[in-house]
Amino acid sequence: MNISDELYRATILEYNREPRNFRTLENATHVAHGLNPLCGDDYHVYLRVEDGVVQEASFDGHGCAISKASASMMTLELKGKTIAEAKALFARFHGMLTEKADLSDDLGRLNVFSGVWKYPERVKCASLAWHAMDSALQGKETASTE
Amino acid sequence: MSSLPDKVRSDFPILGKTVNGHPLVYLDTAATALKPRSVIDAVEQVYGQFPANVHRGVHTLSREATAAYEGARGTVRSFLNAARSEEIVFTSGTTGAINLVAHSWGALELEPGDEVILSHMEHHSNIVPWKMLCDAKGLHLKIIPVADNGELFLEAFRALLGPRTKLVSIVHASNMLGTVNPIEDIIRESHAHGAKVLVDAAQSAPCLPLDVQALDCDFLAFSGHKLFGPTGIGVLYAKADLLEMMPPFMGGGDMILSVSFDEICYNKPPYRFEAGTPNIAGAVGLGRAIEYVLDIGFDAIWQHEQDLLEAARAALEEIDGVRIIGTAPEKVAILSFVIEGVHPHDTGSILDSCGVAIRAGHHCTQPLMARFGVPATARAAFSIYNTMEDVKRLASAVRKVQEIML
Repeated sequence: MNISDELYRATILEYNREPRNFRTLENATHVAHGLNPLCGDDYHVYLRVEDGVVQEASFDGHGCAISKASASMMTLELKGKTIAEAKALFARFHGMLTEKADLSDDLGRLNVFSGVWKYPERVKCASLAWHAMDSALQGKETASTE
Repeated sequence: MSSLPDKVRSDFPILGKTVNGHPLVYLDTAATALKPRSVIDAVEQVYGQFPANVHRGVHTLSREATAAYEGARGTVRSFLNAARSEEIVFTSGTTGAINLVAHSWGALELEPGDEVILSHMEHHSNIVPWKMLCDAKGLHLKIIPVADNGELFLEAFRALLGPRTKLVSIVHASNMLGTVNPIEDIIRESHAHGAKVLVDAAQSAPCLPLDVQALDCDFLAFSGHKLFGPTGIGVLYAKADLLEMMPPFMGGGDMILSVSFDEICYNKPPYRFEAGTPNIAGAVGLGRAIEYVLDIGFDAIWQHEQDLLEAARAALEEIDGVRIIGTAPEKVAILSFVIEGVHPHDTGSILDSCGVAIRAGHHCTQPLMARFGVPATARAAFSIYNTMEDVKRLASAVRKVQEIML
């Protein structure tokens, strides 16, 4: 396996080049800022939540390919999910990043991040926007990956 | 091209390692240098032959440890051409040394309204201690700006100097840009205004001869681990009269002569500043590292590293979309770059997959990153054990980054 198969899979590179939902959400109900001070990855995550369901999600900022692709895919996954479902998805996704991928737990398109666990220094890249989303849902303005 | 690495590469056991299936190309010496066998042996000798405390024992092992520890101090004195061994304080590193000056000399001598001049290219460890002191004591920080090519604006520096300037704390060679600053001029002009000067020599000590008497600097700090020595050991040089007036920063161990609950009598320098059991093996290892450097000689080290720097610069400039940050005419062998459209951390990961170890990040110089409008850079730092083949491997790996990412 080389790094293109494990970490920089084609889908991740494609989302890095053309991130979906890469914009400010003017009518967001929840916003949080995620910053990884070690590498400078820096994103705002915006959510519009109505009746406990995420209606829209977007992000902006800058960072590495892993962080940007992860943030972008996250916004696609969140749409239509309840807050509880969003948090549960984050837990499963984080589990995949920090432990060896459990292929029985199919995370759909997010499975492209199943190689990240081999690169522990990149876990924070892949999870930064998710931490920001989690903070936003808790009413916090900033997120930490620590 | 010198044949330096042919002679020295075999001294570094780690160079036999393969990383991700490739022979290691280590280009992260600006973060920490690899260790030659002689330094590893020196550290092992301390723990294997005389693992005792220094200065206070009456037994043979303690005498041997003391002799080795103080011998290393003498080696450092000679290395810096300090007038006296008492001017050499062992610290935990450059950061420890700068903090010692800030907490001891700075706390004693600086008063509200006084000014401390730094440059925009300082490492955080030469910013944060002064910012903390400024906030605590009502001092003012003034910053020498950096030109687009990575040189200091010396005219702006001269304009910052004034009657309230008490300290100029300046890096000799930038760990991000590689720029070698004209510290002789800076020291002379600072002294003309009555200011003291601290030189952060963390990046220059391994490749440029330092003569503290010729420089006439008041303080100079460097780290052992960037000079092929152990981690956790470093040096503060300070003029004897300054050390004599400086109060201790930390209490305990060798820094006292006598203690009662009514009165404490402090030891003389340098012991006054070496509280607790010191890093004995670290100091001995640093002494051996200095001997190793001097055996090779600064002329050979400088020439070899400059040859590599020039070759790497030329190789990266040939690649479309690569921008080198820091193009001052006088540089140590540090090459910071960004690849258009690629975050440096992605560059670092892909280079690592090719067995090429570089640093990617802000290099603890966030103000400098802001100055150049980048969140991070990739940084290749060359040393005595690198080769022209390493330069080719770097360039080839950078092309692979572009193949994958763009």
